[in-house]
Parts: sequence; C-alpha cells; structure tokens
Amino acid sequence: MALDQSFVGRTYPPTAPYEVGREKIREFAEAVGDANPAYVDAQAARALGHPDVIAPPTFVFAITFKAAGQVIEDPQLGLDYSRVVHGDQKFGYTRPVRAGDRLTVTSTIESIKSLAGNDVLSVRGEVHDADGAHVVTAHTMLVARAAEGE
Amino acid sequence: MAAKVSYDAVEVGAELPAQSFPVTRATLVRYAGASGDFNPIHWNEKFAKEVGLPDVIAHGMFTMAEAIRVVTDWAGDPAAVIEYGVRFTKPVVVANDDRGAVIEVSAKVAAKLDDEARTVRVDLTATSAGQKVLGMSRAVVKLA
Repeated sequence: MALDQSFVGRTYPPTAPYEVGREKIREFAEAVGDANPAYVDAQAARALGHPDVIAPPTFVFAITFKAAGQVIEDPQLGLDYSRVVHGDQKFGYTRPVRAGDRLTVTSTIESIKSLAGNDVLSVRGEVHDADGAHVVTAHTMLVARAAEGE
Repeated sequence: MAAKVSYDAVEVGAELPAQSFPVTRATLVRYAGASGDFNPIHWNEKFAKEVGLPDVIAHGMFTMAEAIRVVTDWAGDPAAVIEYGVRFTKPVVVANDDRGAVIEVSAKVAAKLDDEARTVRVDLTATSAGQKVLGMSRAVVKLA
C-alpha cells in the first residue's frame, strides 16, 4: 500500500542528546579497521586543528538512524520495516563529530515516492551540538519493497 | 582543518591510491556491535537466505565507511571531507570461510569545484567479486 503523501515535510521532535564518547569512536574506528590517529589520539587530532579526537565520517549514522526510527516506526505512517532496504546515504558536514559532543537529531520526511510498487522514503536528519550549532546533515533514502502479490 | 593535499597541485583525472578491504563474518559481527546495527541479515545465514539473499551480506554502511578511507587517507585530515554520498547498488556477499569477501575501492578527482573554497569532487568506485557495490559514490573534499 502506498504511503500517505501528506507526511512529506513532517518534522519530528529533536532527540534527547547523544554524548559522543572517545572509546565509542575508538571502537568504531577499530571495527572499520581505520588506523587514522585523529580518531584515537587527541594530540594527533589537535595537530590537525581539532579540539579533541574526531569520529570517522560515517560514525554519525548510528545516531541519525536511531533518530529516524521515530519516522520508520510511526504507526500513522505505516511503513513495513521488515521489507525495508537502505537505498542511498548522504552526509553534509559543517564540522566533524568529536568526543564530548552532545548531539541532537531533528528528523524530517523529505519525500515519499512510489516506484514500481516500492515505497521510497527520504528522511533528513539535522544534527546539532549542545550550543545549537549545526554539525552534519544526514540524508537517508529507504526503500520498502513491494509485498509479493501486490 | 589541515588537508595535506594542495588544491593547486591537484589535477582533474588524478587517481587516488586504491585500496582493498577484506571483510569476514567476524568483521561484520564487530561492526554490528560498534555501529549498533544488529540486523540478522549481517550475521545469520539462515535468516539471510529466508529473506531471499544469497548469503550473509555486509552492512551497506560498513562498505560506505571503508570506501571513504581512500579519500581520508589521501587528504590526511578526515575533516577535509565535507560531503559524502553513496547509493547501495549490490550487496557485498560474505561467505562463511576464512577469506570472506574483499571490497576494492578506487577513486579519482572528477572536478575542481571552487577555486576559492578549494573544493574538489572525488568519484569513488567500489566493487566486490567483480560487481559494483556502490553507485553515485561521491565526496566533496576541501583541500589545502
């Protein structure tokens, strides 16, 4: 069943702050095998002009995707999550995420399309720090594959 | 922000050093924990096959994280990446053996965008088992 177009433009309340821990950044960098010292060594990060260790570019997805859960699980929208695959992902950075950041995410439904029976949902997640300054915007496109027989 | 590559010295068409990233089931379990994405298609073969996949597949976001390393290693400062986007075109299928899969990533400078902002567009190509696994994979990078 096609999703309700009237949800386009809907913005959900900002999430509670997520505090970025340096050990969480280290764990992520190790999981992707990235030995860049800027992720684990505060001195190396400072040498590049950052106040503390920074996170790899895609680290923030864990935070924005959790926030997008408000949209995905919105019973009024009625998305069938068991049929959802990740279509596109894009980030636009004002600055890198860094240890000690307290980040909130505000999610907005950017578009809803129906392509060959699939529902295509685009969600924008605006990430701000504790001072309200913009850090990064994540654009996530999800595709809910048409159920068989539809 | 301190990219080590100079905008003036970079030419359109220049290739970045390519890299290969191995991925095994253990890699995926570790990534699941670090990223909080516990979807069983990334670690449970039975479940993956039940939903029509050939086998366990890597997290798309894992592939996205690996691909940008070609750019961050080249630029020096990861913060030089000011935009990054991909389309997930084909899954990276990870067999339950010691070898798993390999993600091959190459990249080239596709355009010089802004002489004042010193930004370039880098186009990435990521393949696994001969299949293109990312499409429209592009980064905007601010150089020195």
